[in-house]
Amino acid sequence: MSPSFQEEEEGDMKTAISILTAGLVASFGLASSASAYTVYISNEKDNTISIIDSTTLEVTDTIAVGQRPRGILLTNDGKYLLICASDDDTVQVFDVETKQVVRELPSGPDPELFVLHPSGNPLYIANEDDNLVTVVDIVDNKVLAEIPVGVEPEGMGISPDGKVLVNTSETTNMAHFIDTETNEIFDNLLVDSRPRFAEFNKDGEKLWVTSEIGGTVAVIDAKTRKMITKISFEIPGVQPEAIQPVGLRVTKDGSRAFVALGPSNRVAVINGETHEVEKYLLVGQRVWQLAFTPDEKMLFTSNGVSNDISVIDTEKLRVIKSIGVGRFPWGVAISQE
Amino acid sequence: MISITNFANNAIRMSVDPAESGSISLSKARARALPATFSALLGFLALITPMAAETTAADSEEVPVAYISQIVERPPKLSNLDIPPEDEGLAGGLLSIKDNNTTGRFMKQAYRLEHREVPADGDVLAAFDALHAEGLQHFVLNVPADALLQIADHAKGKDVLLFNAGARDDRLRGADCRANVLHITPSRAMLADALAQFLAWKRWRNWFLVVGRRDSDARFAEAIRRSAKRFGAKIVAEKAWDYGPDARRTAQSEVPAFTQDANYDVLVVADEIGEFGEYLAYRTWDPRPIVGTQGLTPTTWHRTHEQWGAAQLQSRFLKTNGRYMTPLDYHVWAAIRAVGEGATRTQSTAFGDISGYIRSREFELAGFKGQKLTFREWNGQLRQPILLSAARALVSTSPQEGFLHERSLLDTMGLDEPESECRFE
Repeated sequence: MSPSFQEEEEGDMKTAISILTAGLVASFGLASSASAYTVYISNEKDNTISIIDSTTLEVTDTIAVGQRPRGILLTNDGKYLLICASDDDTVQVFDVETKQVVRELPSGPDPELFVLHPSGNPLYIANEDDNLVTVVDIVDNKVLAEIPVGVEPEGMGISPDGKVLVNTSETTNMAHFIDTETNEIFDNLLVDSRPRFAEFNKDGEKLWVTSEIGGTVAVIDAKTRKMITKISFEIPGVQPEAIQPVGLRVTKDGSRAFVALGPSNRVAVINGETHEVEKYLLVGQRVWQLAFTPDEKMLFTSNGVSNDISVIDTEKLRVIKSIGVGRFPWGVAISQE
Repeated sequence: MISITNFANNAIRMSVDPAESGSISLSKARARALPATFSALLGFLALITPMAAETTAADSEEVPVAYISQIVERPPKLSNLDIPPEDEGLAGGLLSIKDNNTTGRFMKQAYRLEHREVPADGDVLAAFDALHAEGLQHFVLNVPADALLQIADHAKGKDVLLFNAGARDDRLRGADCRANVLHITPSRAMLADALAQFLAWKRWRNWFLVVGRRDSDARFAEAIRRSAKRFGAKIVAEKAWDYGPDARRTAQSEVPAFTQDANYDVLVVADEIGEFGEYLAYRTWDPRPIVGTQGLTPTTWHRTHEQWGAAQLQSRFLKTNGRYMTPLDYHVWAAIRAVGEGATRTQSTAFGDISGYIRSREFELAGFKGQKLTFREWNGQLRQPILLSAARALVSTSPQEGFLHERSLLDTMGLDEPESECRFE
């Protein structure tokens, strides 16, 4: 993507977005304004990244990137945003300072979601079309390994000690446990249909896997790799078929998990100890992925159909704002400072 | 690029030299089904034994699947634009086997497909017997309704499960239903209901029904009449198209006159093999949309479908075969995936375990339709959302919002349990 194209687009988009969000901000005084974080949203159908200021909750910039941007994450030093440009078959390295794509990583075809080793390198990428997980050294820009997994790999989670990588495959319906030393699968666990997302607790004890078509969340003992429980959802007035768990985040202390429930337009709040659903929060349409601010006071959700972001106050468990972004917002990443 | 007529391709194939037909074997290992207690294995979230990623076929349990298709001579049609691919159906089956084998690596299970193509005047029972004698028990069938009933009755009492991938006949889900058949392909009633729901949502309530000269057209028209009643539409005019099969030179003068004397919202066409339906658009006396077997068409799969991960299956199929997946390919794919789910979830290759699971309430199939696909217990029909597609754009997916059902919204399409004449013995 050439920088010149990006500049041409910017002016118009800024105008459009400021019109979209004008008037929404003034009425919401945020409880906490401790730190200003930068929130990045990938817009799958617009081929752009929306940048949001966490204090003003306004879109400050919209930048053109590669085609069909989906999974995004920030490098450990906070300097680069990595973007799965799925239709370009590449992972783009976006400099958050200059707001430009500075290079590309060899990703394998159709990268959708990825996870970074806790040390900051390497990067593990799910290649949906090729039934592979690609391991990429992001410093040396080279592929270290390709790990054959099940059909349509998607969800990627890594244990806090970096020793165990978990990939979920959507049509095989398994969580594959991969040893990051050998890059080999050492165990597999069947879960419900179309597993989309995997996330470890920060203490490394539990693993959460969402199943979109099965409509459940599996809570797994990360050490024994056995199912602890399987959480189902029931929302009055919502067809069970519409309850499709996708993105999931657990608080650092493990006390709560938040699950995006897709076309039911709800985020479920789950007690991290009892695994019971405490509350359903109404957000935008087809809620997809989630990210906490580093202080965990706010949770941002990408809403694919309503083309907006819902901001959840995690203490009051209330949606405090909707922010209009591009078309089909997909991934959410938030800076550490 | 070959484009596919969506509605007319089931059970109708171009004539192929029988000498070319043959068996396709993906794995040489023989089947050795081990007996296992189904209930003990039904813990479908159970742990799988750790193993290396690459398991060879040699130490795997085998799950062979049969695919029988019968060539039905294609009647002369006016359009030679859409040539059905020679490997239609089979290509979907082979992709499904490949998908299952990817999962099978982790389960020590290996799948293979045995295909028999039976000529129009050939003996489907002979093909069935030959494969059954080789030990095959899961059969995917793309044969006309009568041939399917022949096989089902012949197979009665045997440990065999049949999947109907081609026949849309409502009677196979009604009075002529058979306990050993599961229907992947939707019935005409389901397709008509899917369309009717959309027309009701649009408030296009007055329909002009045009019916072709073939039996299959009459049966589709019957389904349309039933759907009209069910969803509050009115058939304000109905005419048989009897201008013969080739309207290319005459449509401009004939169609306006044919459609002149009616006051209607939408023209519903019943022309399953595509003799004349394509030639109605733009030529009706009043400007009206065309729906049914042409125009806006209800179908299970279409190249325009990309939602709910469908883009992934489309691209996998396109990459392998150099053409788009057709509904028949999708039906065969789904049938074999159902067998795969049975083997994975029960961690068994024994016929009783797999078929027991497929028939159980635990069964669910992720079929790129945004919700799980399950079987109706009362007639063996797969519940599934139905796409409504124009030639180059997906228009909608049924069920439509607002139609309610106590069990599943998907049961608003097709003959529901109380009205079904199906009684399994």
